[in-house]
Amino acid sequence: MSEPKLMKGNEAIAEAAIQAGCRYFFGYPITPQNELPEYMARRLPEVGGVYLQAESEVSAINMVYGAAGAGGRVMTSSSSPGISLMQEGISYLAGAELPCVLVNIVRGGPGLGGIHAAQSDYFQATKGGGHGDYRLLVLAPGSVQETVDLLQEAFDLADKYRNPVMLLGDAVLGQMMEAVRLPRDLDEPLPPPPPPESKVWATTGAVNRSRNVINSLYIEPERLEKHNWHIQEKYRRMEAEEVRYEAVQVDDAGTVVVAYGTTARIARTAVDEARRQGLKAGLFRPISLYPFPYQALREAAGRARRVLVVEMSCGQMLDDVRLAVGERCPVEFYGRPGGNIPTPQEVLDRIAGKGGEAK
Amino acid sequence: MTTVVAQRPKSLSDVVMNYCPGCTHGIIHRLVAEAIDALDARERTIGVASVGCSVFAYNYFECDMQQASHGRAPAVATGIKRVLPDRLVFTYQGDGDLASIGAAEIVHAAARGENITVIFVNNANYGMTGGQMAPTTLLGQKTTTTPLGRDPKTDGFPIRMAEMLATLQGPAYIARVSVHSPQAVKQAGDAIKKAFRLQAEGKGFTLIEVLSTCPTNWGLAPNQALKWLVENLIPFYPLGEFKKEEGGA
Repeated sequence: MSEPKLMKGNEAIAEAAIQAGCRYFFGYPITPQNELPEYMARRLPEVGGVYLQAESEVSAINMVYGAAGAGGRVMTSSSSPGISLMQEGISYLAGAELPCVLVNIVRGGPGLGGIHAAQSDYFQATKGGGHGDYRLLVLAPGSVQETVDLLQEAFDLADKYRNPVMLLGDAVLGQMMEAVRLPRDLDEPLPPPPPPESKVWATTGAVNRSRNVINSLYIEPERLEKHNWHIQEKYRRMEAEEVRYEAVQVDDAGTVVVAYGTTARIARTAVDEARRQGLKAGLFRPISLYPFPYQALREAAGRARRVLVVEMSCGQMLDDVRLAVGERCPVEFYGRPGGNIPTPQEVLDRIAGKGGEAK
Repeated sequence: MTTVVAQRPKSLSDVVMNYCPGCTHGIIHRLVAEAIDALDARERTIGVASVGCSVFAYNYFECDMQQASHGRAPAVATGIKRVLPDRLVFTYQGDGDLASIGAAEIVHAAARGENITVIFVNNANYGMTGGQMAPTTLLGQKTTTTPLGRDPKTDGFPIRMAEMLATLQGPAYIARVSVHSPQAVKQAGDAIKKAFRLQAEGKGFTLIEVLSTCPTNWGLAPNQALKWLVENLIPFYPLGEFKKEEGGA
């Protein structure tokens, strides 16, 4: 572990990825994530890696496809409109079962939207996003430190499932500076990443083996169906093995607040204040958005009087919370879209049953 | 004692191809495989198939292959080459794939001097989808989406990709060849071999545009299609070398 170091979220993500063995980055400029590729452009050549600024997000994600297929530990980052442009390529990555890490520093939408923090890409991230039946493994850190920690796992998870992993952040996480501990100090030498040939399925050249093919085309319906069931089986395994969440004071809570990422930190402040005021509130924070922690939330909600979902959107994770909670108790919602951030007071008012109808 | 005078290249798979009778894709596949064999490079070559009639090229070359989304083969090849700089990487793309939906990817791969070889097969229409107008369709040429012939007032003008890309500093070698006669096939093979050799020498981006027939969608018998290519395509798409061993990354 390194000494604590004050780092901007975007730069911490870049360094954490490199320390996790990422040596290839393909991206395209878009606010509010530019510090991430800029850091990669400086740092990757120092460790024998490759930074390449693509001509578009469309091209960047296809470079990721080629590099992942060639056995490289590869990532890209972007923000909402750029991630939309990548969706076709992401579908191909999932279809061809290629491991990579995608970072979305979410900004407000729809359309060109704005550049401030939002959580309005939840549907896109967790329900597929592009065409076809597929899922990304989606991780939502709540702090710069957790971003660093989750990235160490993200690349291994991508390799384990041969599936893209998305880190879903937002403009606050990307732009905020916090003290972080990295796995290593910045001047510490890094171990070499495993060679591309260590991935036996990768297209590294057909030496002493039959040729490898990276492909998502199955023209016979029976083979395509079989392939679809095969990748679905991976999603079922993710659902069994990769659920991550944090539950704070939910055991005796009358009101369970459900929030992720930046919003969860705001909700945490509100929950702590509610407790000080004698209100029995708790926080349930999904960390894996896909697979969503349905079962754990269902159990937490079973003991609660009500569930309050808070998001920087008009209500997207809300659907998954409703699926988890069912008829066990009422599910209320408070959200702010457009790059506006709910304040702790606003959340506290909702916990206290004040503040009128859910925004 | 018997002497082998001709045989299947090692880099070409022993399978039935999906191409229509009289289509020249098969000849071009063989030329590419021969170029890889000439460098004894089958085991260190990665090919990229695109979307179009040649989408199944990943089944036809006996080397590692990736299948790219429509138009993005140069981006996919870039990703492969940046991870494996000492391998040979090539794309095999049609004119709809390269000159229309993939125009940005080919221009920027060329501008970067990306050290890959692009085989660009131009048959002046979208073959796989049933013969629609391509960016390379000639003025007056009838296709399913230009039923009265391509009219520049509504459909714009065809693009000469080899000449356009040759204006860039990045490419090392750009040539246009044809496969309508034994002599043309020989010249095409030489150009493709040169492109792969330049890549092996690290000279940078190489592209060979190959004029190709589409008897099915042109509505012509195979021999008539070859004649049509000579009389119509070559006058607008002249054969020759447009960029020779300059630039490069």
